[in-house]
Amino acid sequence: MQKITREDPSEGGFRQAMAWLHTWSGLILGWLLFFIFLTGTAGYFDTEIDRWMQPELPRVQPRADTAATAAVLLQRLRSEAPAAERWLLLLPVDRNQPYPGIAWRGAAAASGASAASGSVRVDGSSGKTLAARDTGGGQALYRMHWRLHYLSRTQADVIVGVATLFMLVALITGVIIHKKIFKDFFTFRPGKGQRSWLDAHNVLGVAALPFHLMITYSGLVFMAFSYMPLILTAHYGAGGSAQQQFRAEVSDPPGLVEAAGEPAALVALGGLIAKAEDRWGQGRIRSIDIRHPQHSNARVIFHENIEKAAGNAGERLVFDGVDGTLLHTLAPATSTAQGFRGLLIGLHEGLFAPPLLRWLYFCSGLLGTGMIATGLVLWTAKRRRQAVRAAAATPAGLLLVEKLNVGTVVGLPLGIAAYFWANRLLAVDIAGRADWEIHIMFLTWLAMLIHAAVRPARRAWGEQLLLAAFAFGALPLLNAITTERHLGHSLAAGDWVFAGFDLSVLAIGLVSGWAARRLWKRPRQAAYLPVAPAALDGTGS
Amino acid sequence: MGLSGWRLCSVALAALLAGYCLATAAGVFIGSLLPVPRGEAVLIGMLCSFVVYAGAVIWAFAVRRPAQVWLGLMIPACALAAAGAVLAGSPL
Repeated sequence: MQKITREDPSEGGFRQAMAWLHTWSGLILGWLLFFIFLTGTAGYFDTEIDRWMQPELPRVQPRADTAATAAVLLQRLRSEAPAAERWLLLLPVDRNQPYPGIAWRGAAAASGASAASGSVRVDGSSGKTLAARDTGGGQALYRMHWRLHYLSRTQADVIVGVATLFMLVALITGVIIHKKIFKDFFTFRPGKGQRSWLDAHNVLGVAALPFHLMITYSGLVFMAFSYMPLILTAHYGAGGSAQQQFRAEVSDPPGLVEAAGEPAALVALGGLIAKAEDRWGQGRIRSIDIRHPQHSNARVIFHENIEKAAGNAGERLVFDGVDGTLLHTLAPATSTAQGFRGLLIGLHEGLFAPPLLRWLYFCSGLLGTGMIATGLVLWTAKRRRQAVRAAAATPAGLLLVEKLNVGTVVGLPLGIAAYFWANRLLAVDIAGRADWEIHIMFLTWLAMLIHAAVRPARRAWGEQLLLAAFAFGALPLLNAITTERHLGHSLAAGDWVFAGFDLSVLAIGLVSGWAARRLWKRPRQAAYLPVAPAALDGTGS
Repeated sequence: MGLSGWRLCSVALAALLAGYCLATAAGVFIGSLLPVPRGEAVLIGMLCSFVVYAGAVIWAFAVRRPAQVWLGLMIPACALAAAGAVLAGSPL
């Protein structure tokens, strides 16, 4: 960075200021961003992780007749929540929604014996609840990346919002200070300490730069209503009714009405399903949303599956819920701005992505995670060298960052491994089981931070990487012991959810082990090199 | 970098808080200016506000003089917010 500024003194002031901003905002928020990127990246395989964490559930079968499944779900809703003001039938359509389910929202507390709202995953042929162990699954990992788990919604919004903004700032300043962006992309000088870390940071940053920019900006847009509420307030006024007014204008389907209160029989869904499938194709109905069921002004809204385009919405059909006439056909986006926002959110979530693209998403997320990790290590490599040159005592700040780096860059993935171990080892019937899985993840992370605090940095890297090699590498074995769906079985049966999970954690374990071995074997090199470059590979999980 | 102590705190706070004000004000103003339905204009305003925010932070740390940063962000923020509120016929 200094080299560039020396070459170009006229721009030096600005570029130097940007380098300063890049370094310090990156350092202060680096560990939080690492957490957000890693858990968010795991979230690209959220439902696959869900399924691995509930091995009792059946393998997903191709959906039977839509009308038959819908009839079973509707029957269950009638008995579960007869007086609800809204019923939702979720059809098993693809990896985003592997099992059928129902959800409902009650009108009032007085509506009946069942709870006001709820949701259940059910068997599509019998209508019985699909019971499985209590777990947060992959959803909990994915949710953590913006809810930060232990914090309130408001606290998490502020913290993640500021972190995301500074991620955007770090990306922009990173490009500004990086004049030779193209040339540097092809530059990697391994085994040269600080220089290697800078090259690795540059390559990881530039390789997936479009992804990094997209994911950061769309992350902000995703939460725009929480982050920039005053823009809405200025135009619509404050309070819930203003929000509702906005939603009604922008996203709600037309033709929704308040309950009339006159009972009427719900139209048979079979005919409507046939109409929707004629239009969209077999098996492409994602959900059926029934408003005011069994009232004279009931509405039935069909949602098309979203796998065909990046935008996060499909087409919607609004039917009259009593006589079954088609009232409205709604395009995925009703305006350009809404379409653009939907596109950004769709790109962020990647729900549309087929397997190959999903892996690309996952790898891009890992590149981002690695970019943050190398940036953090680069900060220490540079200052470690300066400290050695000056033959001074190691500054306390440098020690702190070195320790936080080990405890987070390896410690957090280890926490996630512990989360998977807890899923298999905790007794199935203990109270608050799902919470305890997550507590164990964070306790493990805390233990790794403490370990890093008491061990010399270089030792800590090696020891934690070794532990990570075991924790991830032995997961397939643990799965084989505790379930019947071991790797041999899943490969033979073509069960790619289980085989994919087992093989992925095995690969993470092997890479961690390889990195740990290089760290052990290699004699302590130049004193300013706190860790061999190979350690980088252990961060990706 | 000639930026430490209270001057650093001041610039950082200006970037965060005054930058936020400017981003919100720009969003309101853009939303009031566009000849499209109100809901759509609000969405576009929001989409733009984050770019303004990031730009404000970068500008603040490029200038690095607290007084100039605070004034440079807050004056346009107030102007844009006022203009936006008038144009939008704000209910506030």
